[in-house]
Amino acid sequence: MLAFQIMNGLTFAALLFVVASGFTLIFGLLRIVNLAHGALYLFGGYIGFTISKLTGSFLIGGIGAMLCVAIMGLLLDQGLLRFVRGFELRQVMLTLGVAFVLNDLALVMWGGDTFTVATPEWLQGAVVIGSLFYPKFRIFVLVVGILVFISLWLLINKTRLGALIRAGVDDLEMVEACGIDIRRVFLVTFMLGSALAGLGGMLGGTFLALYPSADAEILVFSLAVVIIGGRGSLVGAAIGSLLIGLLNTFGQVWFPQLAYFVIFGPMAVLLAFRPLGLFGKAA
Amino acid sequence: MSKIITDRRSFLKSTTAAAALVGMPAIVRAQGASRPIKIGLLAPLTGVIAAGGKELVEGFEMYWEQVGKKVGDRAVEIVIEDDASNPDTSLQKARRLVEQGNVDFLFGNILANTGLAVANYVKGTGTPYFIPVIAADDLTQRTRIPNVIRVAGYTASQTARPLADWAYKQGYRKVATISQDYTFGHEQCGGFAQMFTELGGKITQQFWHPLNTADFSPYLGQLANLGVDAVFAMETGADATRFIQQYASFGLKGRIPLMGAMNATDQSVIRTMSNEAEGIVSCAHFAEGSKEPATVKFVADYEKRYQKLPSIYGFSHYSGAMWVAEALKTIKGNVEDRPLFLKTVLATELKDSPLGKTVKLDAYGNPIYDVSIRKVEKRADGKLWNVPITSYPQVSQFWKYDPETYMKQPPYSRDFQGIKS
Amino acid sequence: MSALFTSPLRIFWLALLACGMLAPLFLPTYYVSVATQILIFAVLAMSVDVLAGFAGRTPLCHGAIFGTSTYVVLYCAAHAGLPLPLAMLLGVLAATVLAAVFGLLAVRTSGVYFLLLTLALGLIVWGVCLRWTQVTGGENGLRGQLRAQVGLSSRELYAAVLFVVAIVTFAMWRFVRSPFGLTLRGVKDGESRMSSLGYNVPLHLIIAFTASGYFAGIAGALYAVFNDFVSPSTVQLSQSVSGLLMAIVGGIGTLFGAFVGAFLIIALEQAVSMFTERWLMVLGLTFIGIMIFAPEGVLGKARLIMAARKLQK
Repeated sequence: MLAFQIMNGLTFAALLFVVASGFTLIFGLLRIVNLAHGALYLFGGYIGFTISKLTGSFLIGGIGAMLCVAIMGLLLDQGLLRFVRGFELRQVMLTLGVAFVLNDLALVMWGGDTFTVATPEWLQGAVVIGSLFYPKFRIFVLVVGILVFISLWLLINKTRLGALIRAGVDDLEMVEACGIDIRRVFLVTFMLGSALAGLGGMLGGTFLALYPSADAEILVFSLAVVIIGGRGSLVGAAIGSLLIGLLNTFGQVWFPQLAYFVIFGPMAVLLAFRPLGLFGKAA
Repeated sequence: MSKIITDRRSFLKSTTAAAALVGMPAIVRAQGASRPIKIGLLAPLTGVIAAGGKELVEGFEMYWEQVGKKVGDRAVEIVIEDDASNPDTSLQKARRLVEQGNVDFLFGNILANTGLAVANYVKGTGTPYFIPVIAADDLTQRTRIPNVIRVAGYTASQTARPLADWAYKQGYRKVATISQDYTFGHEQCGGFAQMFTELGGKITQQFWHPLNTADFSPYLGQLANLGVDAVFAMETGADATRFIQQYASFGLKGRIPLMGAMNATDQSVIRTMSNEAEGIVSCAHFAEGSKEPATVKFVADYEKRYQKLPSIYGFSHYSGAMWVAEALKTIKGNVEDRPLFLKTVLATELKDSPLGKTVKLDAYGNPIYDVSIRKVEKRADGKLWNVPITSYPQVSQFWKYDPETYMKQPPYSRDFQGIKS
Repeated sequence: MSALFTSPLRIFWLALLACGMLAPLFLPTYYVSVATQILIFAVLAMSVDVLAGFAGRTPLCHGAIFGTSTYVVLYCAAHAGLPLPLAMLLGVLAATVLAAVFGLLAVRTSGVYFLLLTLALGLIVWGVCLRWTQVTGGENGLRGQLRAQVGLSSRELYAAVLFVVAIVTFAMWRFVRSPFGLTLRGVKDGESRMSSLGYNVPLHLIIAFTASGYFAGIAGALYAVFNDFVSPSTVQLSQSVSGLLMAIVGGIGTLFGAFVGAFLIIALEQAVSMFTERWLMVLGLTFIGIMIFAPEGVLGKARLIMAARKLQK
């Protein structure tokens, strides 16, 4: 039973990590709290749902969702955010406006019915480990979460782009002074972060379903993850996801009356002592 | 949707006209006799239950268009307002319809909190308000408001009792319930739990989870290990989709029989689902898979018009509109005489509804139905629908209890479920 | 005080303002209720502006503080049977205490972090209101007949709200112009300078936060009487967002801009919803447009233009 609930917490955490890692990348480097991230997640889900239904392929749906949402990120960054560069609060408010527009647009385009992305055949059913009976798809989500973590870690720690991102998170002026076109790095990061939201939407759309307020719900979870983990920290996002995923699961089992409080309470306490989160660095 | 837009435009015109006549109320009143009957329809066209709101409007408009948008020789004008699935917005729009739009009566709403907010408002204004979907028990029981009538609707606990009776007859003795943690859920589970334990069954455990629970896995793990004969699930909207889907993916489907509240297997939920919903048993007054000729005709008409099977929202507002229209016919469209209008609605027996059977209201403004135990099955073309397997005649909101005695027990809540041990 | 009444032009403007404020009394009742709502939300927006415009901390939790007061008033008056004035007093008190606690937790942060932290704190309030069913009524909320109890028609209610709002506005105006308010502005412009000058910056911010919560609580208490109803949607994030948006539209740091902002947003909603149910999209686009083209808000923009003219002269 305990192992089962731990698995539940871990698989939920894996999904949160995929979504929140994109959020924290953008927050860390571009200093933008992208409140439209949840809306991008929702669009990723809907687009993935539509493409996989048309093509009959989960994989093409997933790739399509990531590509389309990355392009949406590009448009958001180049089309709107460029006008408010450097003003942190105006950026936040602007992305909030974008979230409203996208949410309503999704309702116009897909209607308000609840959709779920069809699980591909090879991921249907369950695996049995000892007395544990567990759905294959959720294990798949866990694997994807771990793969995303490893790839991002390698990208950030082993590549030139990653070095630039890290340098940018720590000291933006310094990087620019070195004559590096940080704008391009910004753009790539924004698109990568958005694509992760799209991927999250595809995965979430399969086991958490897609409906008009799913964007706000996942956004609240991602915010909690990033607030706990700290701005721009990949490890922070991973630990934050694990914490929130497990708290969410065990909170519902042990303190069903206190759901939400179990998640946001510890977060508020943590912030009171570490305002920048576990791994956050002062800007 | 173009209909809605025309209605809005005409609303705008009439508001400007009304504004121009503010100083001359006498003139407006003089035109009274020939002016159209004005209905304010509150529907969640945006927000979490937007899909249901759209169907609500569709069902309502379908009826009025079939009868040529008039009652006798009085035309009917429908003004639609979006309540945004939000009680504050709903209240504001109700105010606008009543105080500015001068509607003769209000209709609609889906979410309990929006309906309760509006009911609280019309308590003060006396505007008739019809609620075919708002199921909060006490609106037609302990805290009844005389001008709020549940035409073609149901109280939450009403249909859960026959389901409990059926479950007991299937030989189930131990049942666990899982439900969204709000009044609508408390009431449906209460109806089920009280009936089931009075028969001698046992409610092993009750789970209450917040609305919009993303992940049901923590509950499913516990449900699987309780050793119960069946599970009763009270879920709506996206939660219903998720619960049914995760119930199947965690392998509980086929292992522990699943019963649902009527909203858990409503068309609005199962329309986008497949195998995982098949076989769930629920209880309702309406079943789109019924062979009753009137139902078959309604379902066919609805499907032809909107390319989908009708949900409880579409059905209820179609029938609710019919109910009020019948009453208006009786009083020759004299909607201005409110006490007469309300009295007539209460006394009206609905004969030609899609249910195919005569339905009447009890003294508290809630319908008495022949209800069906229904099972989700696949139609020949692969679409899921609810097919009746057996029925319970003349089920009232008070079951077989005496209303006065029944209402002395506290309303259902998380803490009071009427469980007999 | 006296500076306000010196020039004849000022007196003219004030007279015009007074007429504008009294005008809704002669409109159809629906517009009276819209006007009442505008006044209440203007107070909410001003309370946001006290923090955002004068202390340099932009909060996203004032909807929760506002709604807490609404909840307490409705619970005390409609369920615990307390007299309405006492219930309102308790509501404002609850909001003030809550704001003080939030202040203690949040003042160490600034900028986006402050925004995020207050957002999270607001979410806790929402979660509690949603789940503490025995007291808050959960999703269905609490209902009462407060307005009927005190026997106010909608016009009388407007007049009463106008009276309270006038006093509260004056109080806030005095607050931001007081020596304390000037210190706050000092904190906004240069926090480290103020602390090196020996000011206790965190304490100042906590007091500012508490005061701003007190004002938001008054708005919330009025809202309880106005609406006779409260549910989690009153404390949810979008309520905090509307408060902030109204303050921004009017002009952060202008205080009175909140009236302009509340008027524009609510009037726009009224107008838009006559044609389409795409209000959320219009609101989002408005948001984007304001952020790009007029981040200083209507009054802020007007002040800039005036200043530019003065320079030309």
